[in-house]
Amino acid sequence: MMNALDGNFVTADGRNIGGVMMEMKSITLRFGGVIALEDISFNILEGEVRAIIGPNGAGKSSMLNVISGFYVPQEGEVIFQGSKRPPMKPFEVAHQGIARTFQNIALFEGMSVLDNVMTGRLTKMKTGIFSQMIWAGKAEKEEVENREAVEKIIDFLEIQAIRKTPVSRLPYGLKKRVELARALAAEPNLLLLDEPMAGMNVEEKQDMSRFILDVNSEFGTTIALIEHDMGVVMDLSDRVVVMDYGRKIGDGTPDEVRNNQEVIDAYLGVSHD
Amino acid sequence: MSTAATGDLVSIPHLLARNVKFKGHLPAYREKEFGIWQSWTWSEASLEIENFALGLMDLGVKKGDFVAIIGRNRPSMYWGMVAVQMLNAVPVPLYQDSVAEEMAYVLEHCGAKHVIVGDQEQVDKIIEVQETVSGIERIIYFDPKGLRKYDHNALSSFSDVQKHGVEQRKSHLSELDTIRSSITLDDICVMLYTSGTTGRPKGVVLSNRNIIETSKNSSEFDNLKSGEETVAYLPMAWVGDFIFSVGQAYWMGFCVNCPESAETLNTDLREIGPSYYFAPPRVFENQLTSVMIRMEDAGRFKRWLFKKSMTLAKRIGGDILDGKNVGIVDRFKYFLGDIFVYGPLKNTLGFSKIRVGYTAGEAIGPEIFEFYRSLGINLKQLYGQTEASVFITQQPDGEVQSDTVGVASPGVELKVADSGEVFYRSPGVFVEYYKNPESTGETKDKDGWVATGDAGFVEKDSGHLRIIDRAKDVGKMSNGSMFAPKYVENKLKFYPNILEAVVFGNGRDFCTAFINIDLIAVGNWAERMNIAYSSYQELAGHELVVGAVKEHIEEINKTISEDSMLAGCQIHRFLVLHKELDADDGELTRTRKVRRNIIEDKFSDLITALYDGSNSVSTETEVTYEDGRKGSIKATLSVLDAKVVDVSQRMAAE
Repeated sequence: MMNALDGNFVTADGRNIGGVMMEMKSITLRFGGVIALEDISFNILEGEVRAIIGPNGAGKSSMLNVISGFYVPQEGEVIFQGSKRPPMKPFEVAHQGIARTFQNIALFEGMSVLDNVMTGRLTKMKTGIFSQMIWAGKAEKEEVENREAVEKIIDFLEIQAIRKTPVSRLPYGLKKRVELARALAAEPNLLLLDEPMAGMNVEEKQDMSRFILDVNSEFGTTIALIEHDMGVVMDLSDRVVVMDYGRKIGDGTPDEVRNNQEVIDAYLGVSHD
Repeated sequence: MSTAATGDLVSIPHLLARNVKFKGHLPAYREKEFGIWQSWTWSEASLEIENFALGLMDLGVKKGDFVAIIGRNRPSMYWGMVAVQMLNAVPVPLYQDSVAEEMAYVLEHCGAKHVIVGDQEQVDKIIEVQETVSGIERIIYFDPKGLRKYDHNALSSFSDVQKHGVEQRKSHLSELDTIRSSITLDDICVMLYTSGTTGRPKGVVLSNRNIIETSKNSSEFDNLKSGEETVAYLPMAWVGDFIFSVGQAYWMGFCVNCPESAETLNTDLREIGPSYYFAPPRVFENQLTSVMIRMEDAGRFKRWLFKKSMTLAKRIGGDILDGKNVGIVDRFKYFLGDIFVYGPLKNTLGFSKIRVGYTAGEAIGPEIFEFYRSLGINLKQLYGQTEASVFITQQPDGEVQSDTVGVASPGVELKVADSGEVFYRSPGVFVEYYKNPESTGETKDKDGWVATGDAGFVEKDSGHLRIIDRAKDVGKMSNGSMFAPKYVENKLKFYPNILEAVVFGNGRDFCTAFINIDLIAVGNWAERMNIAYSSYQELAGHELVVGAVKEHIEEINKTISEDSMLAGCQIHRFLVLHKELDADDGELTRTRKVRRNIIEDKFSDLITALYDGSNSVSTETEVTYEDGRKGSIKATLSVLDAKVVDVSQRMAAE
């Protein structure tokens, strides 16, 4: 059931998985002589949690940057929502409904949590800088509407208590959650999470996993995430792509991937005698 | 005590109807949600409650049914309670942080068919309970987050029930009115489970008469006004919250404010500025500790100013509050202090507008109590029980002392038995323990006198009651002198470093103690002293920490030795526990009272070490994590001797 590569089915826990949202066709990415990604193909279905895993240096982050449009592959094409995607500027990507978080946290440290999350709404703001400056007519209404949307996210991610706290004063685990909040504020169709659990303790990981699942089931957001903690990924995702040395070595449901000999070798190492 | 005292107002729903009639446009509830205080007037709240009641009626809730309510303080949870009462059914609020196992007992005992819960966490617990307890027909939840994919055959959302109610309005409103007007003073108002320091929790049945008359009397005692603002943040399962946030709030018609979440409480308190406030001593202790910690980190000038002002406040602040004579110069200095220190400090704590503040549940440290009073906060003590609908004694304005609990509340009669145990009789005295006539008989005699289980005496000059200890905990040591563990424990707990203490010695030659350090206070101190530690256990076992505890114990030994009756309770040996005593492990009750028997059982190896003279002891303790999993921790604890004052010698010399 989960192998239906063209999607359109209902999962065991009752979520609707739609058609193909994004398709990677034979992607190859090179930095000079270094081949970061080699002939990689897979797709992301509407409404699923798709994980990309692999050991250090496998090319996971490069892959995510290709998905986000930040890197343009030398070969192959990215089909997003039915059409081939040309090279784009970051704001154009945002307008397409893709939002992301970063492995090493890219928040505005001096600003409050609320202001940081508000920046996620930038693409939704239409009024000009002048009317915002004098707080006239539409600008005020727009700000209130956006604040309302942001407050719902703050409530959803349970960060009310730190609403007014400057980000620089927050512990790491909470910063990660604020980043997720900012990404959600853009109301993305596709949410990219770059190592959302890196550096967290067990409890923080559990919290984050729950939030990721909640986002997926409440908002129906499609999620693509990179993670090297196998345990977390296997519990969280519908399908998993496994990479090693820039190549795809496995693709399927967590169970399938877990039993894939090549994947086991990549993670546990293999003796060469 | 008769119906005449409260007229036609015989139940909470009746009070609601009156409030709608006379102050329908005034706020009844506020809750901070999405960063804004949302408010509901009495009319709006009444409509919400009615619609929910109609929905419940449709689900088959009938007179006398028990309906469990589990959640944090939110208007919807209170509405749920009153809606249940509207059907003359009985709300049974439970502690929201109880684990499923504890809930299972209560739900089975009261036989609730319907359970109203706050969120997914509680739904999960009830579903777990349903594995062992049959009879729960429907769970009604308020916050739908995370519940979309659950099987909704036996699950409804609060708003769906209300929607059904709206559809039923035309056809069934008159039926609801008939039920509502049939409620009498003798019907059950609410059932509250006591947390039980020993044995299983007991369901205390309180009638409308209990609640309505108590609310009326206590509101009059403190001259409460209809414009009071309170913040509802204490567990809804606790009788105090029911009286303050439902009984008195409906009787007086004042507004109940619900915080956004437990973590935002301090901010929300500051924004609301309650005029009528209740907190257990622990809350005041924590706040004082955090103020002191922050002052330690402040600059030199601020520290100097704070110290200077607090010395002045300590000297005259309480007197000014009690309306006693204070010289004009001192008054002026206090006025300046108020501008620069007390005012801003009260504002930070959210206490600027407090007219009446209460603390109860445990003894409060005199320093802590006087700290707040010296700032000009009218903090008072009361002594109460679930079985009394809270009030037994309370302190009238101007007669406040830190070591007594005040005079008998209006309508309450007090007597102290020869054994020292305190008894009372009042209109608030509970009907019975549900399905437990044996305990009911043991606690309440046929004339209505209730045994408090506490030993105490009435002070001759002031007429105030003073509580010494739990009557059953008061014992004798092997040499015949009196053993009152709580008296000693409370003295120890007044040190910010010490979170909890358990004293042993009943039937033994001398007293010993377990000490729990306060991680926040000690952790902060460790940071300033450059002491590195990686866990609670390591900090608790640190030489300097143990040394500091030893000093505290020796200090209190000195003060105890001055009390001729209790001099035998000095602590000879002690150890600092490697884990925090926790309700999840059964060591404390949900209201954080020490469960002596369980601790004695569980740590019997440590107690042996306290008495056999050994210097250290290795132990392994089972712990329960928040998600219910179990683990164990191993530790080697050192057992230390403390200096005691030799009383026999002194007495001989005298």
